[in-house]
Amino acid sequence: MKTSSATPATDSHEQWVPLLEVAAREVFELMLGGHLTAHTPSTGEPLNITSMVGLAGQLCGVMSICCSRKSATIMASKMLGVEADKIRAELADAMGEICNMVAGNFKNKISGLSDGCMLSVPTVITGSDYDLHSPADSETLELKLLFENMPLVISLAIHG
Amino acid sequence: MDAITALIVDDSSVMRKIVERSLRQAGIDLSQILEAGNGAEALSILAEHRVDLILCDINMPVMDGLEFIKRLPGVTNAKNVPVVMITTEGSEAHVVQALSCGARGYIRKPFTAEQVKEHVIPVLGVKA
Repeated sequence: MKTSSATPATDSHEQWVPLLEVAAREVFELMLGGHLTAHTPSTGEPLNITSMVGLAGQLCGVMSICCSRKSATIMASKMLGVEADKIRAELADAMGEICNMVAGNFKNKISGLSDGCMLSVPTVITGSDYDLHSPADSETLELKLLFENMPLVISLAIHG
Repeated sequence: MDAITALIVDDSSVMRKIVERSLRQAGIDLSQILEAGNGAEALSILAEHRVDLILCDINMPVMDGLEFIKRLPGVTNAKNVPVVMITTEGSEAHVVQALSCGARGYIRKPFTAEQVKEHVIPVLGVKA
């Protein structure tokens, strides 16, 4: 995935990065029984599964989680408590629900956003050859982490 | 406690399975699990089935969870049936709205089986 029209986070939203990380870690620990660890550069499989949830209201934007199919399969496997080779259609559903929970958990940690920001139902994209265009004045907070030693990118594109 | 029939309403089939697993881990004896992907589907199920417990998400397509529980007083098979919300919407406004619409419990996602137990067991033993 490539993004355009996004600018680095300003000071006003940079302080949200630790909250975004805590929100993600809580979801992975409580719902997947797994831990997110610090990212180390790797040349692993392509990040070709992207789940997205829209935010509207006091905060407008898009939360996304991008990972490899192998990583997504393991996430779904851990969520459901079944073997990874049994995961089929549940993969997209699980990825959407993880993104939904991270977005919800994140906004619930920020004063005023819990009441004033609504979430869309999730969308999941398969493939990596696409561009994501955001409004010119958007900024993006990005977290690069590892799940089961596989890279995972969590982004919050903030519009306006 | 006798085995119960539970209706799980969530647009995510993965989440419905997780909720079912959490109920079992909480020690709740389930005789039957009914599943619906939104409020409208849940109303259709309740037209034909009596249930003992409803667990319901809020953000769903077609009919959301708050609209669904507002309609429950007019549903014969839902009379006195406890409803527990399980949702990512964690605001006080949502909690107040859900409770004022008749929900008996409110669990925020992400959640543990222990939290499900804490919120569900008390409402199962008390008629509305």
